[in-house]
Amino acid sequence: MLFLIILILSFASGFFLPWWVVAIAAFSAAFFVGKTSGQAFWSGFSSVFIVWIVLALFKSIPNDHILAKKVALLFHLPGWGYLLLITGIIGGLVSGLAALSGLLLKRAFEK
Amino acid sequence: MKFIKAFLSIALTLLLIWALQTKFGPVPPIGRFLSPADGFWQNAESKNILTTTHLMLPGLTGKVTVKYDENRIPHIFADNEHDLYYAQGYITATDRLWQMDIQTRQAAGRLAEVLGPQLLEVDRYHRRMGMVYGAEKTLKAMMQEPAVRKMILAYTDGINAYIHRLHPRQYPIEFKMLDYAPEEWQPINCAFLLKLMSETLAGGSNEFAMSNILKRFGPATTNDLFPDYPMHEDPIIPAGTKWDFKPLPIPSPSAGFMAQMNDSAKRVIKAEGIGSNNWAVSGSKTANGYPILANDPHLDLTFPSIWYQVQLTAPSVNVYGVSLPGSPCVILGFNNNISWGITNVDADVLDWYQIKFKNNKKDEYWYNNQWNKTNRRVEVINIRGRAPLYDTVIYTHHGPVVYESKAKKGDGPDFVPVGDALRWIAHDESDELMAMYILNKGKNYDDYRKALTYFNAPASNFVFASKNNDIAITPNGKYPLKYKDQGKFILDGTDPADDWHGWIPFDQNPTVKNPPRGFVSSANQSSTDPSYPYYINWSFAPYERGKRINDRLTAMQHATIDSMRILQTDTYSIRAQDILPTMLKYIDGSKLNKTQLTALNMIKTWNKDFTVNSTGSTILNTWWQKMYNMIWSDDFAAKDLQENYPSVDRTEQLLLKEPGSKWFDDINTPAKETCAYVINQSFKAAINDLVKQFGKPGKSWQWGQVKKLEIKHLTRQEAFSSGNFPTGGTGSTVNALNNGHGPSWRMVVQMGPTVKGFGILPGGESGNPGSFFYSDMLKTWQQGQLKELLFLQSGDEMSDRIKSTLTIGSK
Repeated sequence: MLFLIILILSFASGFFLPWWVVAIAAFSAAFFVGKTSGQAFWSGFSSVFIVWIVLALFKSIPNDHILAKKVALLFHLPGWGYLLLITGIIGGLVSGLAALSGLLLKRAFEK
Repeated sequence: MKFIKAFLSIALTLLLIWALQTKFGPVPPIGRFLSPADGFWQNAESKNILTTTHLMLPGLTGKVTVKYDENRIPHIFADNEHDLYYAQGYITATDRLWQMDIQTRQAAGRLAEVLGPQLLEVDRYHRRMGMVYGAEKTLKAMMQEPAVRKMILAYTDGINAYIHRLHPRQYPIEFKMLDYAPEEWQPINCAFLLKLMSETLAGGSNEFAMSNILKRFGPATTNDLFPDYPMHEDPIIPAGTKWDFKPLPIPSPSAGFMAQMNDSAKRVIKAEGIGSNNWAVSGSKTANGYPILANDPHLDLTFPSIWYQVQLTAPSVNVYGVSLPGSPCVILGFNNNISWGITNVDADVLDWYQIKFKNNKKDEYWYNNQWNKTNRRVEVINIRGRAPLYDTVIYTHHGPVVYESKAKKGDGPDFVPVGDALRWIAHDESDELMAMYILNKGKNYDDYRKALTYFNAPASNFVFASKNNDIAITPNGKYPLKYKDQGKFILDGTDPADDWHGWIPFDQNPTVKNPPRGFVSSANQSSTDPSYPYYINWSFAPYERGKRINDRLTAMQHATIDSMRILQTDTYSIRAQDILPTMLKYIDGSKLNKTQLTALNMIKTWNKDFTVNSTGSTILNTWWQKMYNMIWSDDFAAKDLQENYPSVDRTEQLLLKEPGSKWFDDINTPAKETCAYVINQSFKAAINDLVKQFGKPGKSWQWGQVKKLEIKHLTRQEAFSSGNFPTGGTGSTVNALNNGHGPSWRMVVQMGPTVKGFGILPGGESGNPGSFFYSDMLKTWQQGQLKELLFLQSGDEMSDRIKSTLTIGSK
């Protein structure tokens, strides 16, 4: 459930809002529907990990990955696949931590 | 406890977001840069291009149609000139916005503002040498000419229309990497771009070193080693051409005052190969009976290219060629009636004046037997991450005192003398765009001549060919009227006799129309033979490229586009032809080891062509460098001479005609070295060096393997650059590929009832590394091929080369 909500929110916001909005989405979603810290973190992480990779591929596939290959070189990575993975992990980390924060704050208010 | 946990987690999340949003050193803000919503992924252009798109823009008065061909070169059709230049601004910005931004910043001394303190000295130098001062004056002149004013304002509006539409996620990738935003385009930026060209082509000097040489060796030796006309020459205006004007009286030299300099520094060495070729062949020598014109400007080879191809059409104009991103009009190109091209003259239009200040306050300076007030101009330099720097520059009537003290100089360029004022043509008002505006619409020779009257700097050899079977060339610019060699050395800032004495009248600039030999050409060599009454400069680029072009064109009959293409990519070395037989004559084979003998055989059988696979080129190149250094490095070892050695031509003269000269002797050894000794020693040293670097003589010695050439992105990032590739040619061959410089655009135009243009860029139209059009033309350029340029007669003309169409309406 939490996974799906964050997935939809971050997917929709990805087209027109700044990148850090995913943190707000994950934070609030976990605040309202989060259950355990593990569930919150991993739902947050995996949903945005997937969304960012899918959105990046949306751009990169019609581009034959020519830019991704160059940017991978810029970061001294052996291939564009690594760049895609790092993109996913960074998005996932931000979202996972935000979701965890949302859950922990909710816990703090629960007596 | 729970609150603390929650707080810590939130804090950690915010910290992470902040870190990912912040630029650390050269690393872009990593979260923003990698996010698919804002980051670089957005710059990945799709290969699926819509065949028709429509757009509404504010400020257009009619309708504009832009047709893109297979290289995504825009062909712009507008209802009127305003809309044409508006659209040119808009379209150029879509492909080259970051390049336009960074070039303006470079010229205006505003790099540190976005790139940080390490660019501060570069900025200070540009401010202190008067780039802003010159651009302000030029803008004023441009705005006084109604046609240019309209053009600049429309062009500016077009660029800004694009900038206003941009969401940060659409910013060119370089803005995202360097973490700053594009700013509103200003009309003065167009002037900055012209000043930058002046700086590239006419912004260096060796007067400081020459003055020190004069002090050390005296006038006789200095004149002998640094003569005013070379031994080998084949001037632009054919030797013997009569001057049909009565020259103005030539000013008398000043009483003379040798600036007392004892500074030590290194000069900026003018790179051989920064120069260009152009020529036009009369119809009598071509296959179709109409003139052919060719031009290849040699500049820094970069991504994105310096040039941007475009066709501009309105009811009053239809022109094709290359433009400079940041300036309206086509700069090198053709229309149905005329074609034109440019190379650099290298006129002496930058002089240093030794200033005598009254006291340390430097409020007054001595000039014309009295104390005169100085002016001060405060330059505010913004620095990223630091407080702005307020830098005061002292101005005399000559111009800015670039560095009035050593402390002020800091790490500034070494060729700038301390305590001297700079007089530079780029400080003056000028209206070069008017020249381009007239050429773009030009119909005949008279329009060409009229256009040139507006072009001041950088002085350029304008080649011309028309449908009416006229060809012409004019080393054109605003030339100061000087006594001979005025400006070879540092001048006396106190003596009015050393001021510039007005100007050479425009109609007395050297020019030639339809010469009997049936062609005109230039390759940065001397503008004229010594019979020209005025002083333009005392040294020009070596003559070899010009000589080769003239030799080939003289022999050529029934010339076609392809004959010109082959000449543009010619790598035969006139230098080798001039000196190699003499050098070989001195070699004593009995004193060589086996490897050296193998190498000797290689160079003996070499056909003097700097082809990719030749090994003789590599040997000659290294051998010559060793020899040149052996001859001069002992005599010119003093630091204040800045390694300003006598020219290649003067060294050749020594070798060919003065083998007994004292300059062959190494003054650091008791023995007396001779010409033969130097030639043999340098040969052995060269071969030993090559063996050390590349192994035994063989394939690894091939010129294309030894000479590295790479086209680099302006950020110098390897990831966006071409990587090294093998090429033939060198600075002194027609195909002057050397050290990152070379033909930044190759163009050949066949005039006739239907004009036909051919051309190629060493890259692509798009500045976006994520575009399929970033380097799509590079391969063709590397192969030395040209592409036929699609020159449409109207917006309705059909062509299967048109791949997509953009229509722009008024909002």
